[in-house]
Amino acid sequence: MPRGRSPILELHQITKAFGGVEALRGVDFALSAGEIHGLVGENGAGKSTLMKIIAGVHAEFSGGFVLDGRETRFRSVRDALAAGIAMVHQELSVVPDLSVAENVFLGAQPTNRLGFVQWRRMAREAGEQLRRFGIDVDPLARLGDLPIGLQQLIEIARVLSSGARIIILDEPTSALSPPEVERLFTTLRRLRDAGTGIVFISHFIEDILRVSDEVTVFRNGRKVAEADAATTTKAALIEAMIGKGREALEETYTDAIRLPSSGDQPAVLNASGLSLARSLRDVSFDARAGEVLGIYGFMGCGQSELARILFGKLRPDRGTLTVGGERKSFRSTADARRAGIAFVPESRRAMLFHQEPVYKNISISILHRISSLFLKPQQERVVAARQVEQLQIRPPTVELDLGMLSGGNQQKVALAKWLSYPPRVLVLCEPTRGMDVGAKNEVIHIIRELRARGLAIIVLSTEPETVLSLADRIIVLKRGAVVHEFSDQSISKDRLLEAA
Amino acid sequence: MVTDDGATISAADRKQPRSIGATLRSQMRNIAPFLTLILLSGFFALASPSFATLDNVGNILTQVSVTGIIAVGLTFVILCAEIDLSIASIANVTGIAVAYFTLQESYVNIANIPLPGWAAILLALALCAMLGVVNALGLTIIGVPSFIMTLAMMQIAAGISALLVRGQIAYKIPGIVATLGSSSIGGIPWIVIVAALMLLAGHVVLTYTRFGRYVYMVGGNREAAEYSGLNVNLILGSVMVISAVCSGIGGMLGVAHFGSAQQNEFDTYLLDSIAAVVVGGTSLFGGRGGIGNTIVGLFVLGVLNNGLDHVNIDSFLKILIRGVILLAALVINVYAQRLRAKVAE
Repeated sequence: MPRGRSPILELHQITKAFGGVEALRGVDFALSAGEIHGLVGENGAGKSTLMKIIAGVHAEFSGGFVLDGRETRFRSVRDALAAGIAMVHQELSVVPDLSVAENVFLGAQPTNRLGFVQWRRMAREAGEQLRRFGIDVDPLARLGDLPIGLQQLIEIARVLSSGARIIILDEPTSALSPPEVERLFTTLRRLRDAGTGIVFISHFIEDILRVSDEVTVFRNGRKVAEADAATTTKAALIEAMIGKGREALEETYTDAIRLPSSGDQPAVLNASGLSLARSLRDVSFDARAGEVLGIYGFMGCGQSELARILFGKLRPDRGTLTVGGERKSFRSTADARRAGIAFVPESRRAMLFHQEPVYKNISISILHRISSLFLKPQQERVVAARQVEQLQIRPPTVELDLGMLSGGNQQKVALAKWLSYPPRVLVLCEPTRGMDVGAKNEVIHIIRELRARGLAIIVLSTEPETVLSLADRIIVLKRGAVVHEFSDQSISKDRLLEAA
Repeated sequence: MVTDDGATISAADRKQPRSIGATLRSQMRNIAPFLTLILLSGFFALASPSFATLDNVGNILTQVSVTGIIAVGLTFVILCAEIDLSIASIANVTGIAVAYFTLQESYVNIANIPLPGWAAILLALALCAMLGVVNALGLTIIGVPSFIMTLAMMQIAAGISALLVRGQIAYKIPGIVATLGSSSIGGIPWIVIVAALMLLAGHVVLTYTRFGRYVYMVGGNREAAEYSGLNVNLILGSVMVISAVCSGIGGMLGVAHFGSAQQNEFDTYLLDSIAAVVVGGTSLFGGRGGIGNTIVGLFVLGVLNNGLDHVNIDSFLKILIRGVILLAALVINVYAQRLRAKVAE
């Protein structure tokens, strides 16, 4: 353990507000060389904000920022990079239209003396760098064609091999499979032993405990606890995160749970023989009223394509969709919406209007029910306010621009837009990804309530916990095909992982 | 449901009014054009005694009317983060078409098809709507970027114009078009009234109708609009048709206003209309702005064009001055977008 070293980075009494909402209040933070520092806290607790200050994303804040014993102010990410600080953001920041190699060398392409880019050298070195992380891809492939998990790994690899002496990772493991996480941790430990200071933010507390030396807990814009990772426990951290007097809410699903026997509810949606290029092969299933169907599989198994076919964004090459007994061929997402299908994609950015107030975000999908020709903004606000109250969206106002809400609350807004007039089928991609324990449980609760109201719900996820906590029936996708179906039986996380 | 502990709720409940600085910054896009307008007007009023007269205000209003009519439709397009470069050509061909279907004097050597006035107007409107539909299909079904699609349409419309008039000039147009374009009622030119009504209609549609909201949402985040179940292609197609029809109406009244229909008559209106919308503060990135901005933009351009004629400067320098002021407005437009994004962060 690297104890007693003097910190390379010290922050004193950092305070930062966004449009009157205080995200950080008087936070102290220190990082030493050769240390992996874990950060935990609920969504909106201020972890990401603090890290963005360190990485030069937020240039305006009050408080002291001391790097190598000298008071420093970064005006931009560029300044931070020049000082050896690099960050992997929660949202991918890669360029999908460039090749893998160009992404790895983004902003630092190798050139010859005349200033021309050395393409072959770049491709070769990019390939070597990625192989060191166990990633075997064609460096000339277009990055956007790769699965999201792989894109995330490539971005991490880029930052880790940048030579930065302070590396910040914000939720780096959310899209990774277990062996990929293991490889990442091995690399992090190697970098730590070489003297790099690493900050690791995650909602997976087991991961934090496994890889960190120190753990800091944030709640509500303040630092509430600091602990030695070797001596603290998951329960203690969760208690610090969510406040005293709350039992640990998260289940680990290491024990088997019992799936209910599927009753004789009618099938609301039937997919038969869906195929799409290289992504999906002959996928068939039913979604029944009052039931949650879980679709589980590793990253890149064809889940996101399947969800987009259900919502009319992609058209299958073969196969049929039947909704409520009627055969459908969606030509647009509007067709799918009219057929009673609602969709929440895995990325909040793709679902919400950040520069518009909350009420417009909530009313957009049901506007045709509220008004025919002219808008009725008052009624929109009433509908939105009811959702904000029911889903306990914070802060409880419908006028704030959506961009000012925390991630978890944005996710609730993404759900809220469909709930004022519930659809027949609700398709949810990764409904709890990147959420803290409290918000996760709230979303789980909301989904169960909707099930009780008779909706057919389809949950697609790459996290076994998500599927196990929600689904009444589970199908497993592997390389675009259904390989297993679990219903009316006992199942544990191990069995599920094994099936995929 | 899970409730957070007391501290969290009280912090979240505390609704602090945004600081004045933040509000100003987020409103920069609306304030800057208005300030520009006031400064320009003040400058010209001081520099020339003939500028700030009632007569001249009437002149300015008349001068911006055709641009205003065309800019209504263009505002819809730019709010969707698209562009329409065919507006001036479509205005031209529609103006020519309405003359083509009207009986001309014997000395006008055009092989035209004389029809009753109402039929000529309907056919001209159908023509511009059809060209708008072609733009719409190219953009949505085939997926040609609007910049390229409407560039091609600019040529196509100019080509139809050329075929119709074959280098000649037509003068006769249906009576009602002539009245709306070139006469006055109670001292107010009809063309100003038409422009005002169309701007008002555009504002009502954008601000108070469901379609208007969809236009803003598609411009704000097209992917999110699609995942919210909006028919994005239908909305994009509609704005292209609206733009073409507004251009057509502007073209017909313009022909009446100029007193003749001929090739290349509207060439300057492409730049003027785009400038009016953008100078007014409507975001080129979509989702921000509106008809109110376009009106301010129209007046900035109108005052600038008119005022430069009232002060004694080199007439060749005027073109350069116009360019510099347009550049300044564009810089402000992009800068305002950035400031707003920062506030919303």
